[in-house]
Amino acid sequence: MTFLNGIAASNGIAIAKAYRLVEPDLSFEKKTVDDAKLEIQRFHSALEQSKSELSAIRDRARVDLGQDKAAIFEAHLLVLSDPELIAPIEDKISSENVNAEHALKETADMFIMMFEQMDNEYMKERAADIRDVTKRVLSHLLGVHVVNPSMIAEEVIIIAEDLTPSDTAQLNRQFVKGFTTDIGGRTSHSAIMARSMEIPAVVGTKTATEEINNGDLVIVDGLKGQVHINPTPEVVEEYHRIHKEYEAQKAEWAKLVNEPTLSEDGHHVELAANIGTPKDLKGVIENGGEGVGLYRTEFLYMGREQLPTEDEQFDAYKSVLQGMGGKPVVVRTLDIGGDKELPYLNLPKEMNPFLGFRAIRLCLEEQEIFRTQLRALLRASSFGNLKIMFPMIATLDEFRAAKAVLNEEKDKLVSEGQIVSDKIELGIMVEIPSTAILADQFAKEVDFFSIGTNDLIQYTMAADRMNQRVAYLYQPYSPSILRLVKMVIDAAHAEGKWAGMCGEMAGDETAIPLLLGLGLDEFSMSATSILKARSQIRKLSRKRMQELAQEVLNMSTTAEVVEAVKAAAKM
Amino acid sequence: MAEKQFKVIAETGIHARPATLLVQTASKFDSEIHLEYKDKKVNLKSIMGVMSLGVGQGADIKISADGSDADEAVKTLEETLKKEGLAE
Repeated sequence: MTFLNGIAASNGIAIAKAYRLVEPDLSFEKKTVDDAKLEIQRFHSALEQSKSELSAIRDRARVDLGQDKAAIFEAHLLVLSDPELIAPIEDKISSENVNAEHALKETADMFIMMFEQMDNEYMKERAADIRDVTKRVLSHLLGVHVVNPSMIAEEVIIIAEDLTPSDTAQLNRQFVKGFTTDIGGRTSHSAIMARSMEIPAVVGTKTATEEINNGDLVIVDGLKGQVHINPTPEVVEEYHRIHKEYEAQKAEWAKLVNEPTLSEDGHHVELAANIGTPKDLKGVIENGGEGVGLYRTEFLYMGREQLPTEDEQFDAYKSVLQGMGGKPVVVRTLDIGGDKELPYLNLPKEMNPFLGFRAIRLCLEEQEIFRTQLRALLRASSFGNLKIMFPMIATLDEFRAAKAVLNEEKDKLVSEGQIVSDKIELGIMVEIPSTAILADQFAKEVDFFSIGTNDLIQYTMAADRMNQRVAYLYQPYSPSILRLVKMVIDAAHAEGKWAGMCGEMAGDETAIPLLLGLGLDEFSMSATSILKARSQIRKLSRKRMQELAQEVLNMSTTAEVVEAVKAAAKM
Repeated sequence: MAEKQFKVIAETGIHARPATLLVQTASKFDSEIHLEYKDKKVNLKSIMGVMSLGVGQGADIKISADGSDADEAVKTLEETLKKEGLAE
């Protein structure tokens, strides 16, 4: 029996055939050909194969993604018929007697260079189109399989080195049953996406792409973090049983959908969900979310070629606010930079992107982008219970500057006769230690805090959360982190404000007893974690957890804390 | 030989979808068809040629056709430009 160990990134069991989402090897050598005519024929047949493949992708994209997204494939098809590309390739083959691969690559590279050197952002991206199309034709010349994730039409498990947000956006939720990646951790984007798509995932297996072939039967065990390759019938049977048990457990939790989140001794906390797109709302409702604690607006900006317009954003925000029917919705303004790039903004590469020009720093500099988003939010505000949150705030000056921009746009809209709610709460994400330490000062000016633990932990520990070798320093239960969390919660309460948490820690079963004890008001997590968390909190005494929190704040290591929690919360 | 001048009014210029549309339309004709902008002249049946011009809003462009169906080609392209609100 072969299996790989990885990190359980999204709960559940999936059993299906493997689909490798791996870049194929397109290397070749320059060769002399005897019959140039025959070589040109070979080139044309690769062109035709590519065209029919692209037409099929375009047709499917029209149905699944709409005419707009299909247009890109229309343009790709035209490149394949472009006389200015094809004629020089044919000339090269016949005049130099070289193989089609070489002629194609040389000619395409010339165009790619030409587009890359243009000073217009839009044109630079056309280079990527040509590269994409060239790859497809090359793969047909070389007879290697090219991946078309949007064409998947049977149940599969995706095997990849890593999945970017745009990769995952292309995946059809109906057929992708699970995925596993070589790299990544619980807080990497692939993991967050898996939880939001509610499909099991194991990340950080290191060797999945080496060990697994297309069509292998694969079991993704998102509970234990294991991936089984071509398992024996006994193992498959065992997993069918575990899957059933898990479904039964979920059915048990499902009974709590409409129940309030009360501790054993009757203290209420709010369990909210983290979402990325309006599509995720269904999961929030089905899992009994009491609100949206984090709406990551980045996805509106990704997988496209230019910034979303004010109206497009307005539509998305309005549908989320209406969909939640008056329940609180915390929208985080654009958090781009770090590991999340927008190619069309053409930001320079940085040595330390996580410590660089990102999130609110970028928004305060590129104010047009920021103002467009704020206007869309303000216009949508009358359709529900909107709360706006600024990410990566490090100083009060930044908060004041962002708030001033918001108020300017609000005044403009009101003077234009637009309806803007006057009940919008304004808060910040606490993810930089300087802000946690100065929380008492911030609390006087903000309406709420939401603690972003993924970044708060990496900044406090000075450990890159994308770097496997320092992954051991990602310690949410470290007394140092817990003290920072306590400072933030206490500061909020002293000013009569509320404190939430929207990092992974908020849905973690070891952290929940501590956070309840520390007085956290709102826990925002993946929708799929809500019912489990509710079931756990209903069995915990808040009074006892307060005592536990006091004890662990004076401990010296993470191990001691974990041991104390397990004993006190009977885990 | 037929030719006609236009002024681009579309906010996005002749990018992406409009470029695709023009190339698709031009490709239906046998004539050689060219697009001129700022002393540069490209094959209007070439998507990469059209894109490489970077025609923006307010640009003065010239479309010329040479061949058996030249008049009809220019006429059809003019209709496309106007119908799509790209140029006048």
